[in-house]
Amino acid sequence: MFTCTLKNETYQFRSIADVLAKASEEKSGDKMAGIAAGSSLERMAAKVGLSEITLKEIYENPVIPYEMDEVTRIIYDDLNLFIYKEIANWSVGELRDYILSHQTSTSDLFRISRGLTSEMISAAAKLMSSIDLVIASQKIRPTAHCNTTIGEPGRLAFRCQPNHPIDNPEGILASMKEGLSYGSGDAVIGVNPNNDSVESVSRILHMTHDFIQKWEIPTQNCVLAHITTQMHALKKGAPIALMFQSLAGTQEANDDFGVSKDILDEAFQLMATQGTSTGPNQLYFETGQGSEVSLDAHLGIDMQTLEARTYGYARHWKPFMVNNVSGFIGPETIYDGKQVIRADLEDLFMGKMHGLPMGIAPTYTNHMQADQNDQEIAGMLTALAGANFYMGVPGGDDVMLSYQDTSYHDDASLREMLGLRPLREFEIWLEKMGIMENGKLTERAGDLSIFK
Amino acid sequence: MDIQTIVKQVMEELQKEGQIKSKPMAKESAETEESNVRNIIYEKIKQVGVEQPANREEIEKAQSITPARIGIGHTGTRMKTKNYLEFRIDHAAAQDAVFKDVSEDLLKELKLPLLFSKSETMDQYLMDLDSGRQLNETSRKWAAENLPKNKQVQIIVSDGLSSTGVEANIRDLLPALVQGLKSKKITIGDPVFIKRSRVWIQDDVASIVNCDCVISLIGERPGLATAKSISAYLIYQPNEDTVEADRTVISNIHEGGVPPVEAGAHLADLIEAILKHKASGVKLAQLK
Repeated sequence: MFTCTLKNETYQFRSIADVLAKASEEKSGDKMAGIAAGSSLERMAAKVGLSEITLKEIYENPVIPYEMDEVTRIIYDDLNLFIYKEIANWSVGELRDYILSHQTSTSDLFRISRGLTSEMISAAAKLMSSIDLVIASQKIRPTAHCNTTIGEPGRLAFRCQPNHPIDNPEGILASMKEGLSYGSGDAVIGVNPNNDSVESVSRILHMTHDFIQKWEIPTQNCVLAHITTQMHALKKGAPIALMFQSLAGTQEANDDFGVSKDILDEAFQLMATQGTSTGPNQLYFETGQGSEVSLDAHLGIDMQTLEARTYGYARHWKPFMVNNVSGFIGPETIYDGKQVIRADLEDLFMGKMHGLPMGIAPTYTNHMQADQNDQEIAGMLTALAGANFYMGVPGGDDVMLSYQDTSYHDDASLREMLGLRPLREFEIWLEKMGIMENGKLTERAGDLSIFK
Repeated sequence: MDIQTIVKQVMEELQKEGQIKSKPMAKESAETEESNVRNIIYEKIKQVGVEQPANREEIEKAQSITPARIGIGHTGTRMKTKNYLEFRIDHAAAQDAVFKDVSEDLLKELKLPLLFSKSETMDQYLMDLDSGRQLNETSRKWAAENLPKNKQVQIIVSDGLSSTGVEANIRDLLPALVQGLKSKKITIGDPVFIKRSRVWIQDDVASIVNCDCVISLIGERPGLATAKSISAYLIYQPNEDTVEADRTVISNIHEGGVPPVEAGAHLADLIEAILKHKASGVKLAQLK
């Protein structure tokens, strides 16, 4: 379908999907799927080819046909055709130049994003370097409101993630107090349950809700069980401020997750009528490159493009938070620190370009070639790029999910090194509690025993 | 409080904090270079790192009910040296746990037949998921010829990503599970151990032995606090339409999580429910 000649060598590409896959920076998951570029020059030939392809060609060739995939349908049905037609003849190279231009305002970017399919956004990201991705991400600042407002300039939020290996309520509470005492928890107090039963999930929801009420904390609670379990709990009267679900970029992978448009529509409606929070944004999605490959549901599409499609799907339900956890799966998708850092920057840009309030969880597992240094670099770069939030895990070590994520200490550090403040409502609360003064932690901070 | 009492308290506190001990090596010769060598012994001790806490006992109590790294305090916004080094040491240990093998002696002791997936090396296992999801030809043939067929339950033990998890828990977990099933009069085939295997290999095994429910006891990828953890994945009659949401999973089986003996009994109850409702995973959760 396309050829590109480079240094006296001609490279052939079968389809848009093929060019997209081969233009991707190196990732082990694309290699495992057998779709990655075979050499560095083939990768460059794909990038050159991609830069010449028009948005119209991409529009007319969705990587997965409309008829066979719900994700494609949502992306196309939600598209603003008026705006799309204005830019249909642009090449991907021109789209990249437009995004980076000084003449292009934040508002311009929000506007064209309504006329871009996810594949177009993925394509532009493939022509970008690390600084490109950071500069572009800084320009786009989507906000959302649940009980707190997330995404305002100069503010950085954190999810307090007080997991416990067997959901011991006292243990969860202890880690939660610890996190709050470091100023973590303005995005959400979100617990990953070990036991996914309705009873257990409801118990944690009640406990976190009661604590938030008692200490008058401006935030929201969430238990990250399967969405159907949470709906069940909500119908039985459990207090939910934010409802969670993991999403992927193909219908097949979403089937594997046990989630669909119908279920998400029902959850959205249920939260509007029975959720405890102000809204209008009451959903929390988790995404990340590689889930489709690890479920063998990638249909020959590269990880980065599938991640973009996940955002195209997610934006339909106007979430309060989208958390990217590329790096959570393992070396078969993201091999090492270098691949994680690249994926984090790509995902932050692509999510923001979809108008989503993005957070990043720079994570690593113990069976991949990455360590704390790589993770901290990814955290600093994405914070510079304007991520809305990070996870807050005690000491960076999640004792339930067995992986490493940003710690309460990292959270406080990122704020202080970039001069960022907690979310407005939450900062007032921290000052009232004596945990923070003028944007800096006080001597009282880090002492969980102040909650008595 | 007088000054002497304060000094005494501070001295006691400092002694308690002796996490990294160092002592001069016994003098064996008069040579000065030799006598300057120090032996440093690292020991992991949980202690309150918060400076002047509002309530020290409260923090100690909190530290005793969770393995999470809490009550550790800070220097500026960062972790103190000993907590930072402890974290890095635990990460190093977890990385090492991935690449160790389960001992042959344990398999002999448990009388488990040893089967193999298609992964020939650890690197292939980590990077090529499919290779860990199917038995290799030799094992497949052996299983077809030797394993009992048409039982209600087939048990698989997998090293997964933590052979240390299998070594630490399977001696207690497996007998407790088998006993629980027997007391419920549920029929069981011969449990097997499959080296370098992933969860989905249970679908392959089910197609050979034709059982109703397969349970995989598999080493979890190691965490920092829990390098020795096992997960149990259960599925009712897997086939080509099976999806991830059809699997029921119980994770964190280890002494600091769900203790293995307790987990065995719980899993037997769960299998009983799966057989009764003829479903597992999200479907089972909705029926229950």
